[in-house]
Amino acid sequence: MMELVCPAGTPAALRAAVEAGAHAVYCGFSDETNARNFPGLNFSPEELVPAVAGAHKRGAKVLVALNTFPRAGGEKLWHQRLADAEAAGVDAVILADIGLLDYAATHHPNLRRHLSVQAAAANPDAINFYAEAFDVKRVVLPRVLTVAEISAINKEIDVETEAFVFGGLCVMAEGRCALSSYATGLSPNMNGVCSPASHVVYAEEGPDLAAKLGGFTIHRTPKDRPAPYPTLCKGCFTSGEQTGHVFEDPVSLDARHLIPALAKAGVTALKIEGRQRSRAYVAEVVRAFRAATDALADGRELPLAELARLTEGQSATAGAYAKTWR
Amino acid sequence: MDLTVGSNLFFWTAEATRKFYADLAQAPVSRVVVGEVVCSKRLPFWEAEIPTALATLQAAGKEVAISTLGLVTLKRERNQTDDIFGMGVPVEINDITALKHLPENTPFWVGPLVNVYNEGTVAYLARRGATRICLPPELPLASIATLAKAGKEAGVKIEVWGHGRLPLAISARCYHARLHDRAKDNCQFICGEDWDGREVDTLDGQAFLSVNGVQTLSAATGCAAYYTEALRDAGVDSLRLSPQTGDFMGLCAAYADRIAGNITPEALVAQLLPEAPGGRFADGFFTGPSGSDWAHPIPA
Amino acid sequence: MSDHDQIPRLPKLMGRAMRPLPLAPLSVTLTLLARRIAKRHPGLFQRLGQYREARFLLDATDLPFKLLLDLRGGKVKLTAHRNVPQAEARIAGPIAGFLGMMHGAYDGDALFFSRDLIVEGDTSAVVALRNAIDDAELDLAAELTELAGPLKPFVQPAVTLAEKRSGMVLHRVDTLAGGWT
Repeated sequence: MMELVCPAGTPAALRAAVEAGAHAVYCGFSDETNARNFPGLNFSPEELVPAVAGAHKRGAKVLVALNTFPRAGGEKLWHQRLADAEAAGVDAVILADIGLLDYAATHHPNLRRHLSVQAAAANPDAINFYAEAFDVKRVVLPRVLTVAEISAINKEIDVETEAFVFGGLCVMAEGRCALSSYATGLSPNMNGVCSPASHVVYAEEGPDLAAKLGGFTIHRTPKDRPAPYPTLCKGCFTSGEQTGHVFEDPVSLDARHLIPALAKAGVTALKIEGRQRSRAYVAEVVRAFRAATDALADGRELPLAELARLTEGQSATAGAYAKTWR
Repeated sequence: MDLTVGSNLFFWTAEATRKFYADLAQAPVSRVVVGEVVCSKRLPFWEAEIPTALATLQAAGKEVAISTLGLVTLKRERNQTDDIFGMGVPVEINDITALKHLPENTPFWVGPLVNVYNEGTVAYLARRGATRICLPPELPLASIATLAKAGKEAGVKIEVWGHGRLPLAISARCYHARLHDRAKDNCQFICGEDWDGREVDTLDGQAFLSVNGVQTLSAATGCAAYYTEALRDAGVDSLRLSPQTGDFMGLCAAYADRIAGNITPEALVAQLLPEAPGGRFADGFFTGPSGSDWAHPIPA
Repeated sequence: MSDHDQIPRLPKLMGRAMRPLPLAPLSVTLTLLARRIAKRHPGLFQRLGQYREARFLLDATDLPFKLLLDLRGGKVKLTAHRNVPQAEARIAGPIAGFLGMMHGAYDGDALFFSRDLIVEGDTSAVVALRNAIDDAELDLAAELTELAGPLKPFVQPAVTLAEKRSGMVLHRVDTLAGGWT
């Protein structure tokens, strides 16, 4: 049975995910130690304890993301959160930074380590380096690989792999992007935010509504139609004669139809993106994916409930799993 | 504090590359990194120049290193990364992949595309044999100072992005090809048309980013003119200059004057701005509020 | 999650019928209700963090008045207005969207993507409010029923009827977390 790893931005979303059939839930603390450091989101160390106990009682695992890059001079906070996670009895921590991996392997040897997608380990050599150096047991694969490449990678590594199957897409190599801090001063690596809401302004300009981020116009739409959220890499720009989505269209990943292929490629776990989303989203998406993994385990045809309306751009893509994406 | 010239991030012809490194041998810089960082498909067009360039630079008394790719994906690229360690020249790694290929007890350098954000990472890399680290451009001055101190303790020289369009992201997708409605596999090397990258503006016509194959850089040119003293005082060992078109040897000489205290930041800016790709500077990563910021007078 | 290809709009007649509603007594009732919820869900304000003193304009586009959620001074006020009051952030959309989000029936981002919901002003404050309310697992029907005190037996069927007539979600739909501590 493939393990379904589901997002939980709040204790309520964690409960919703587990009740909807998540085999594992991932979450983070309410600070810059994780890459979804959004207002009103995440867990205090005190909130994590009953959440883990409740999940365990229902047979679900809890993974804690500490997947930002600790601030120079401020590493203590990340170290404290590692201790908090271990004390809460979590099943694994998801790390990206080499320094933090090294610290965790030394000071929390019994706390299982997964490699975050923010480490962008996209080939067997990188994965084997992290496995040998820090004894990571699972790698979350970057969203830039085709199914054939994933299959080839799994033949050359001994650790488990986890692949994204639903939700937002990063078009850049994850954890290696400073677009957001260039425009706003806040980045995924340092602050746990990308294109932060605090720097978003919707401005009426003539007949248009401009969605701006840090003073840069990312979208422009007629006033009667609300502008989409100005996520940097999904913006509309001009280059020479061309105007359009230079980096990525505002679409989301839905790889449900590829689940059998991913299973065949040796993938252990399927990951759903969206810790910033509501418990309604979590419950619906998890239910749909659990139905799919159950069907796969029973050898039945995969049910494909309609989920597109939940996604950005209201349309889905197979992303890099189809090679034409590049 | 001295000067390091980083790998040329852009796709130039073999002829231009040859002339660039021949000229650079005479420039007042202490070391030069040579090699393809952005796209392995470019390499066959100019790799024959690498041995000559390294030899010329070494003969002129420069320290040299050869760089790995920034994003290693294909089998061919992994083999290439392995081969680089056998070339008898120090290697600057730009992707963690390279650490898997690193032979025992081999000193190496770390390029600006590797995530080095804290003391723990500096210490780990030093234990593995790192002797120089060029920090990622998004790091603020406070972090740079902390890491320069950590570098001293660990015996690692710390370098900071000094001048050039700021490398902001790397992707499996080629934006140059995408802008020309081509697939990456059929790109026809279109990035070779833009020797400083291709600019991407906002819909308001504001210069914002530039694309360089699979890489995204700032449109503005990163410039540490106003921070040279602060960086030196923080304990930074070297400023990195990134190859660009125009009078690059003049640029190196101007920075040498700047770090020697012979010219003011205003004078440096006045000299370099006319040839800066994008026509404007940015230095906001050092003290904020954002990387694109430039809060200094612009010369008339 | 219920299907919401089309979010129900309050029937025009119902909206029109509410137009002469006196706003002062309505505001008093709403504030009482909001304070009751605030008292029972202190975690909600914890989650609001730096936005716990903000003003939110809740512009239900199918209601003949706008609601202002004012948290300044550490006191909760929920008031109805015919004009547009000052606020740090405005959220606009059909009332069913607000209620559905509150009750775990609709996803806020999805409503935003489908353009059923518009956000203006301090987007960050709106994100905080959305997340805080989502975690609080509120149930308006239960709160209303409790608030009604001795009138409880009359309120319960009224809420059920209102749900049926309007197609709106007035109670928490995902009660599955019962028993979790």
